[in-house]
Amino acid sequence: MPATKLVKGVLKGNRRDLARLITLIENEHSSAATALSMLYKHTGNAHIVGVTGPPGSGKSTLVTRITAKYRKRSKTIGIVCVDPSSPFTGGALLGDRIRMQEHSLDKDVYVRSMSTRGHLGGLARATSDAVRVMDAFGKDIVIVETVGAGQSEVQVVEVAHTVIVVDVPGAGDDIQAIKAGIMEIADIFVVNKADYPGADKKVTEINAMLDLDSRERSWRPPVLVTNALTGDGIPELVDMIGKHMSYLQETGLLKQKGLQRSRDELEQIMEYKLTKELFTRLRGTPEYEQAIKKIAGRNDDPYSVAERLIAEFLTSVRG
Amino acid sequence: MSSSKKIRVLVAKPGLDGHDRGAKIVARALRDAGMEVIYTGLRQTPEMIVEAAISEDVNVIGMSILSGAHNALFPKVIDLLKAEGVDNILVIGGGIIPQDDVPALKAAGIAEVFGPGTPLAEIVGYIESNVKL
Amino acid sequence: MGSEKGLRKIIKEWEEGPVAKTLAKFPERKEQFETLSGIPVDRLYSPSEKALKDYGPELGFPGMFPFTRGVQPTMYRGRFWTMRQYSGFATAKETNERFKFLLDQGQTGLSIAFDLPTQIGYDSDNPLAQGEVGKVGVAIDSLADMELLFDGIPLDKVSTSMTINAPAAILLAMYIAVGEKQGVPMNKLRGTIQNDILKEYVARGTWVFGPNPSMRITTDIMEYCAKNLPLWNPLSISGYHIREAGSTAIQEIAFTLLNGMAYVQAGVDSGLDVDSFAPRLSFFFSAHNDILEEVAKFRAARRMWARLMRERIGAKDPRSWKLRFHTQTAGCSLTAQQPVNNVVRVAYQALAAILGGTQSLHTNSMDEALCLPTEDAVRVALRTQQILAHESGIVNTIDPLGGSYYVESLTNQLEEKAYKYFDQVESMGGVIRAIEKGFFQREIAESAYKYQLEIDAEQRTVVGVNDFIIEGEELKLPVLQVDKEIECHQVERVKLGRRKRDNKKVLEYLDDLRKVSKGTENVMPSVLKAVRAHATVGEIMHVWREVYGEWNQPKVL
Repeated sequence: MPATKLVKGVLKGNRRDLARLITLIENEHSSAATALSMLYKHTGNAHIVGVTGPPGSGKSTLVTRITAKYRKRSKTIGIVCVDPSSPFTGGALLGDRIRMQEHSLDKDVYVRSMSTRGHLGGLARATSDAVRVMDAFGKDIVIVETVGAGQSEVQVVEVAHTVIVVDVPGAGDDIQAIKAGIMEIADIFVVNKADYPGADKKVTEINAMLDLDSRERSWRPPVLVTNALTGDGIPELVDMIGKHMSYLQETGLLKQKGLQRSRDELEQIMEYKLTKELFTRLRGTPEYEQAIKKIAGRNDDPYSVAERLIAEFLTSVRG
Repeated sequence: MSSSKKIRVLVAKPGLDGHDRGAKIVARALRDAGMEVIYTGLRQTPEMIVEAAISEDVNVIGMSILSGAHNALFPKVIDLLKAEGVDNILVIGGGIIPQDDVPALKAAGIAEVFGPGTPLAEIVGYIESNVKL
Repeated sequence: MGSEKGLRKIIKEWEEGPVAKTLAKFPERKEQFETLSGIPVDRLYSPSEKALKDYGPELGFPGMFPFTRGVQPTMYRGRFWTMRQYSGFATAKETNERFKFLLDQGQTGLSIAFDLPTQIGYDSDNPLAQGEVGKVGVAIDSLADMELLFDGIPLDKVSTSMTINAPAAILLAMYIAVGEKQGVPMNKLRGTIQNDILKEYVARGTWVFGPNPSMRITTDIMEYCAKNLPLWNPLSISGYHIREAGSTAIQEIAFTLLNGMAYVQAGVDSGLDVDSFAPRLSFFFSAHNDILEEVAKFRAARRMWARLMRERIGAKDPRSWKLRFHTQTAGCSLTAQQPVNNVVRVAYQALAAILGGTQSLHTNSMDEALCLPTEDAVRVALRTQQILAHESGIVNTIDPLGGSYYVESLTNQLEEKAYKYFDQVESMGGVIRAIEKGFFQREIAESAYKYQLEIDAEQRTVVGVNDFIIEGEELKLPVLQVDKEIECHQVERVKLGRRKRDNKKVLEYLDDLRKVSKGTENVMPSVLKAVRAHATVGEIMHVWREVYGEWNQPKVL
């Protein structure tokens, strides 16, 4: 079924159409882009919250708790859980849903598990589009949960309005300290598992790192302590998420971010389309293969060949 | 745009039994065969399984029961899928299922039942050749 | 035990001490033991005079620290292990009949299997129980069911083992209440409740509450038993299910002993004297296919526990150092294909358990890869034990494999590798933290997957499954079907029970339990009161579900 046929259902709140449209986007179905362009004007209403942190920091439980709190406030929720795909087989085990059972029969909570399908940066290529579809569907809050253990997994900041970085008190070597890169993307820090020894120490450590940050900022990321098992600290966290949104609105940062994001996105799409178009034309043609052989044989160099091929491409387009 | 489809599978444990050795092994094997596998965890009601299958838009539901509750629970999942108008999901089952129960389960809509000792490649192969993408 | 003289002296001490003491109370089965050909068999074999100096303190003597060679001075020369077949299905009435059948066949202890709704604390009429009532065990909803289950079975004459964990306190209370009605006081009751909640998170999956409240209930039971049920084992710390979930032998003993240590620590932390409860702790292991590795596993586990209890915990009473265990042959090794072959597998596994010095044994029935066992299949399984006991001759001397280069080396290696897990878990912050992280669960799942891949790649042969196959074999063993009517019948029964009792009293007792559960007082007396008033398993568990909440499974894949 073409994606465009699902648009109506998504706008009407049909969960199954929502789920299928996300699949078509993930599968890069030829009609997906059209469907997304049809939905675009219905987006921009959801508050998108990113939750990231090292494995074992209790992100899923935290997301479950936040969701429960929002549900009490009658907000509708969309959740995207991203897990890495196996670099060898492309397969993936998507196991976060297991932690979110208490919402499993709530029709106003939509949970979607996604594999990165080889994409680097901590998110799947389709994540931002899936978030957008949930936004158009009418979800008030869309939460993106992703493993973030290092500097290469910070893409969540491009999708979310508010990024929560979760960590746990140190208890041995298996829990990684928050990496510097991930520190910089946080709008809110959460030290989860308050019952573990060393929670206070962790808070102090994070605050010390924040003090080292010399940038001028009107929002200093607060450091909250939660216990996702008991629910302690969750109301404060949900309030803080709301406060951050108000801050973005009041300071005009939300608009500014929106502009920047639109620019980035437009440029990304153009870049993707252009290169795709270029390569579709080139790959497999005898001239192209010949040129590559020449480069390999040192009879030509990649720099001038690239110049020449792009010039030819542009001429033909102008044609 | 080219299409890059992946087989998505929900591996589910309906009922109350806690024996998930088989379910977890199958989940890993499907992952290693390049599929995307969502594991539900223990104690899923048929309603929870169907809701997860729809939300995750899976192509396959694989259920495992070792307690003997398969005759009550497997067909219920099929009924709920039908009630939701879902007809494109391949539903398979496994566990300790007496041979005598298999015909009735198949008649109810369980595509195949895999008993103890089934090689993993057989399950993978079955899904690959019967899934509707 | 370095020098020859020293060793001879210790042998003499052993003979004049523990052995003589035991013999005075429990004479051996025969005056003289001999082989089938008439060669006399000694109680224990130790190295020849020449090799004496190599006999180290890591072995000790039967009934002496560190118990590598056995926990009793005479072992099966005194009496055989308890032959205890786990059974239970349908309702109390059917299971009562099966119990009487087993006792008639010469079984010496009862072992109750409960159905899943009972194990998870749902009454038979709960919608979540649908399709599960009476399937994997007997459905027990209230005291009325428990009375029927033991109808005509005097509780002062049998020892009863109950595989019950999250609701262990409730079923123990019911057993006590049945005893009261039969006129048997609780200090005369003999038996075991499994009550090992930690391995439920690790492997078996019938948890209800999170680890912390569960541990509180467990310690309450231990304390109550220490004071009121001196002959009762309040805990059967189980590796069996860990192995069944796919662990290696090393993981089986490591994780089980780690759990054991966690219970001991919880007891000590709650203010109990370790020697007041540790002697009643018992263990439960699997006997898998690799005969000599299994023997070594049992020996290693005994030695580890003895050292841990004496050296790490500081227990003073030698009974606290002894690892006494029940064994069940490995259910996961049974094949649905050519099921009669399972009789042979079970016999070898049982052999390993006996060579390893088990205190009680369940032998699986050949049809268990297909269904619950039929009576005929159960009989063969029990006969297997009887043949080993009465015909094989392996029971006439203690630890006959002690001193085998291979077995001793394996024993040492299993111990060493198991201790590595101790270090790892400690660095994670202990057993409960490791459970919350899914550490054990993942380790086991990985071992299980590896094992299966080896079978699929035919690097490992399973007779009748990936080799020696009968082409076109039909799996046609007589199968025990649990009647569909059973569920309706039990649902009616629990509903009727709720109408017949004094509901005002039940509510009052449940309220009392709620208060106690929120506080720190021992929960057992309140549970017992509620049970006597015919509060159901589901109702009592519901109180706890409200107070403690349910456990949320960690991500394990």
